[in-house]
Amino acid sequence: MHRGKRHSRESGGEETLAAGQNAIEARNVTKLFQGSGQDQVKALDNVSVAIRENEFFTLLGPSGCGKTTLLRLIAGFDFPTEGEILLHGQNIAPLPPYKRPVNTVFQSYALFPHMSVGQNIAFGLEMLGKPKSEIEARVDQMLRLVRMEELKNRKTSQISGGQQQRVALARALAPAPKVLLLDEPLSALDYKLRKDMQIELKRLQHETGITFIFVTHDQEEALTMSDRIAVMSKGKILQVGSPRDIYDRPADRFVANFIGETNFLEGEVTGVSGEEASVKLAGGATISAGLPKGFTPSGRVSVVVRPEHADLVKAGAKADLWGKVETVVYFGTDTHYHVRLDGGVPFIIRQQNSRGGGQGFATGDAVGVLLEPHAAQVLKD
Amino acid sequence: MNSAQQAAEAAQRRDIRGRWLLSTPALLIILVAAIGPLFIVLLYSFMAKGDYGDVKYWQFSSEGWFGVFFQRDIFDDTLTLNDAHLAILWRSVKLSLMTTALTLVFGFPTAYFIATRPERSREAWLFLITIPFWTNLLIRTYAMQEVIRNEGVINSVLLWAGIIDKPFQMMYTDLGILFGMAYVYLPLMVLPLYASMERLDFRLVEAGYDLYATRFQVLRRIIIPLVKPGIVAGSILVFIPSLGAYVTPRVLGGGKNMMLGNLIELQFGQGRNWPLGSAISITLMAIVMVALLVYVRNASNSGARHG
Repeated sequence: MHRGKRHSRESGGEETLAAGQNAIEARNVTKLFQGSGQDQVKALDNVSVAIRENEFFTLLGPSGCGKTTLLRLIAGFDFPTEGEILLHGQNIAPLPPYKRPVNTVFQSYALFPHMSVGQNIAFGLEMLGKPKSEIEARVDQMLRLVRMEELKNRKTSQISGGQQQRVALARALAPAPKVLLLDEPLSALDYKLRKDMQIELKRLQHETGITFIFVTHDQEEALTMSDRIAVMSKGKILQVGSPRDIYDRPADRFVANFIGETNFLEGEVTGVSGEEASVKLAGGATISAGLPKGFTPSGRVSVVVRPEHADLVKAGAKADLWGKVETVVYFGTDTHYHVRLDGGVPFIIRQQNSRGGGQGFATGDAVGVLLEPHAAQVLKD
Repeated sequence: MNSAQQAAEAAQRRDIRGRWLLSTPALLIILVAAIGPLFIVLLYSFMAKGDYGDVKYWQFSSEGWFGVFFQRDIFDDTLTLNDAHLAILWRSVKLSLMTTALTLVFGFPTAYFIATRPERSREAWLFLITIPFWTNLLIRTYAMQEVIRNEGVINSVLLWAGIIDKPFQMMYTDLGILFGMAYVYLPLMVLPLYASMERLDFRLVEAGYDLYATRFQVLRRIIIPLVKPGIVAGSILVFIPSLGAYVTPRVLGGGKNMMLGNLIELQFGQGRNWPLGSAISITLMAIVMVALLVYVRNASNSGARHG
């Protein structure tokens, strides 16, 4: 997977583009649902996000975070209580779904059970009033695209889950939408099939050049597939950025926790210069840590370090932290060392295994922990 | 292995015998309550009529069957078509079809409305639909009379509002019968429709909207094909009793606008022509059977075309 706009991954994910270059833009969108009785549920709380043309954009978050609500607002199944949804700069929020050049791949696929595979794929084109010959050609093209040519006349109940998934994709792509919305489309598939479909989805996005907005609660899926990710929680977008950004430079505790394994350290800010801060850790060592965009810390802060961005050294060698190995877990490709730091804080270190190698720390060993340069990141909260 | 197989087969045989034994009550009821009486009706239709009703037992006659569509000239015994019977037959079929259509038109949105309510309030709505069943059919029909008669609710309101200047005659017309039957049989349409709509996956409706289908197209291309079993069941449940309706045409249609049910009653009552009454009954059944076969075949054919 290689594309020209790869550089955007390193650019920090802030929105500097003009509205016209965005495929979809949500502006100050709030969505209230009537809950039981008098109370209202705030599914989306003043959300603003811009999704670029031709981008594989993922909305990531736990269930109930509002990601599916945002998707449904873009699709037109629900309407925002406040705010605008822009498609290429035009507000589409009041339009019914059938007037939006946006198609959806549903979590349940929602294939029409009374139609064949071919008829399902043709449906959108028929509704758009395309001529018969064009529909025929397009359906065949779509079947080729998802590699389902032989199953054109099958009933949707006669094909497997993975095949239904492909039909749902072909059906949504057939009318050539400006934006394709995917609502946890892989969650019903088993592990192997899910891995295959992840690659398949990337291929389809590359071949069709359509903007994909993908909703998932699976952080691994989000990291491997996306150009950019928006992490959501409780109706708000916490951070938008490339997978590397999100993983290496989480802005707050929730993002750091939700994505991958992380070590949390407490410390005191002793100085700030540019995008880095000097933090004096509880253990005594002073390290430099990255700062979230536009955030100037002071006083006590939390700092995160990914387990693979730290190294174990023998006691007495130069190190940033000191402690004792509590558990050693062997994973084949790597080994996890669970260390109890001298302050009592747990710290996990992941070391890649090499054949016959490793300095071989054992449970009970007194060790030092050496952080890689730029390994640490200050959190907003 | 072999003996185990034999044992399994023996057990299966015992199992089947047990099942037959358990289904005896059902079979008995079908035999005694359904097939038996029908057989008697069939026998009676081929016997000569008694002078004061009843039949002359074991005296074969086909007069009853001739009487269904023909009448014998009193003087020269030639057969001519019985216009009165044909008119009644035509009215029965026409009114039953119209009743089915009318209940479908009103029942479909009603069932859709109930099926799209929150789960807890659905039961209350269904309960409301079934309330009329608590009252005797005759009473409901007289209530309908109150609504449609010249001094009734509809005419009073229309007169008061100045929309008409003299009462609109609905009592003792086919229209009156149609209203009455549609009212009586509406729940029989709503309930099966609701049952199939409740199972409808409304995400498919969303998928339809998503794929550029307007409301009408979603209704025609997605909802109707998917709830077709309910439409078929409801139509059958309304059409069949409509065809044999007796009370409603009797009360709302007066003596003139008879339907098949009234004609049959006439033969067993004042007409004292039991063989003819029996023959018309069997004819009615035959019409229902043919209508059912045609309907079911059509339904399954178009189903196959869709999928």
